Amino acid sequence: MGETGKHGTGQASARTRRELLWVAGTVALGGVLPRLAVHPAAATPASMKSAIAAVIGEATLNAGRVKLEIPPLVENGNTVACAVAVESPMTASDYVKAIHVFNEKNPQPNVISVKLGPRAGRAAIATRIRLSDTQTVTAIAEMSDGSFWSHSVEVVITLGACLEDPL
Amino acid sequence: MARALIKVSPNPRRGEIIEIKTLISHEMETGFRHSNTGAAIPRDIITTFVATYNGEEIFSAQLFPAIAANPFLTFYTIAKDSGTLEFRWTGDNGYAVSEQVKIAVE
Amino acid sequence: MRSAFAFFSRAGRVWWPAAAAAGSTLLSFSLAAEPPLNERRSGYEAMSAATKAMQDDDTANPATLWVLDGEALWRTGAGAVGRACADCHGEAPQSMRGVAARYPAYDAKRDTPIDLEGRINTCRVEQQQAAALRPESKELLALTAYVARQSRGLPIASNDARLASSIEAGRQLFQRRQGQLNLACAHCHDDHWGEKLAGNTVPQGHPTGYPLYRLEWQGMGSLQRRLRNCMIGMRAESYAFGSPEFLALETYLMWRARGMAMESPAVRP
Repeated sequence: MGETGKHGTGQASARTRRELLWVAGTVALGGVLPRLAVHPAAATPASMKSAIAAVIGEATLNAGRVKLEIPPLVENGNTVACAVAVESPMTASDYVKAIHVFNEKNPQPNVISVKLGPRAGRAAIATRIRLSDTQTVTAIAEMSDGSFWSHSVEVVITLGACLEDPL
Repeated sequence: MARALIKVSPNPRRGEIIEIKTLISHEMETGFRHSNTGAAIPRDIITTFVATYNGEEIFSAQLFPAIAANPFLTFYTIAKDSGTLEFRWTGDNGYAVSEQVKIAVE
Repeated sequence: MRSAFAFFSRAGRVWWPAAAAAGSTLLSFSLAAEPPLNERRSGYEAMSAATKAMQDDDTANPATLWVLDGEALWRTGAGAVGRACADCHGEAPQSMRGVAARYPAYDAKRDTPIDLEGRINTCRVEQQQAAALRPESKELLALTAYVARQSRGLPIASNDARLASSIEAGRQLFQRRQGQLNLACAHCHDDHWGEKLAGNTVPQGHPTGYPLYRLEWQGMGSLQRRLRNCMIGMRAESYAFGSPEFLALETYLMWRARGMAMESPAVRP
């Protein structure tokens, strides 16, 4: 136990160990299938890249101005606090048009897309998201001048020790 | 059935940037899970959230299965005039919920 | 006997553990196994800042939705005579204040402990002539959450001498090895609290916040659900909902947490 691999091989062994735990759990529970799908389908960093490309097109992704706040170590991947704040005067001529959040390991790369305008006063949102595995989360801000800015954070997801069967 | 919780400062000053906190009851079934017998559980999520202020849209969000159950969303707006803030959540299977909050701007 | 205890709490959290004299004077057990009274910690303290914030803010705490449902149910007539809880009990903030903090209570008619869920169902069947609510049903969780909310911040009171044998029975169960791992609850929660198990901190296991919103469930659940969760996680066969074993365990756990502040409805990972 104690799988908190961060990058590269650490993640691979974390996944293998999680699979073993699931298999062991399944056998121990007398063949009852686990409630969650063991392998989330088609979740790769490449699908996150194409989801981002769908939003930004050919534009450059600049680093900065965006602050994505996620706890680096999470107690439960079902509910992860996620806040995004973007530096912007939020005036009629210079404001944040949209904020998009992406992930790289969930079955689907999109998390949330938010539309803002000068009436927001502050370009900041907070929500709670699901993360299936230790991964990178990326927030992208689309500005009124057409530029895109981003910030990425590595998040480590810990697996609960005692899992129940469904009621 | 309590569906939504909304927290807004009820008496802001004109021009003040106010925080709006919303929480709606919804399981946000991702569509990626399977039951005990291996059958796929179909997706059932809130897909859209829109906030209007005296009829004018001030915020909208497109939600995906990665949003946690009982979606919680905090955002900001400028307190302009007294009136009504309306919040609308729509989603799969014809889901549609609206809530209104009165706001009195000084 | 007047009890002397000191605690700090705000919005239902324990800032540091309570020291309760009352429980230990009335019922003197050997306390070798349980955490010392002044070293007791609520599971709240080991949570991340984000999860604590979820519990502290009623608007961010999904359990509030159940509390509001419970308030509506409290006022709704039920059963053959359409009688509502409010018709006998009035306003819950007054009549239910402190109630959850002293449950499970002693049921004289049956000579057993009875927990809050059991008491609510007894009222439904006997006073409202309505059907009992199923364990873990939305309605039962809502009513339990609403009643328990009225004890938030108050110290857990476990000082009924008639519960002594149930407390001892519960302690035996807590210390009993069971399941494929041959583990007892006490091994983790008395001997290794504060240490890590698969990335999570092992709590002492005090039921200060039930019913609660568990992130793992993405929903509300009772103490019995959590105990069931633990037992299955330990690869042991769980007791049935409403079983005497669960009642004994609940009674013991609340005695073990005597003096600690109620947090219901809490949030836990």
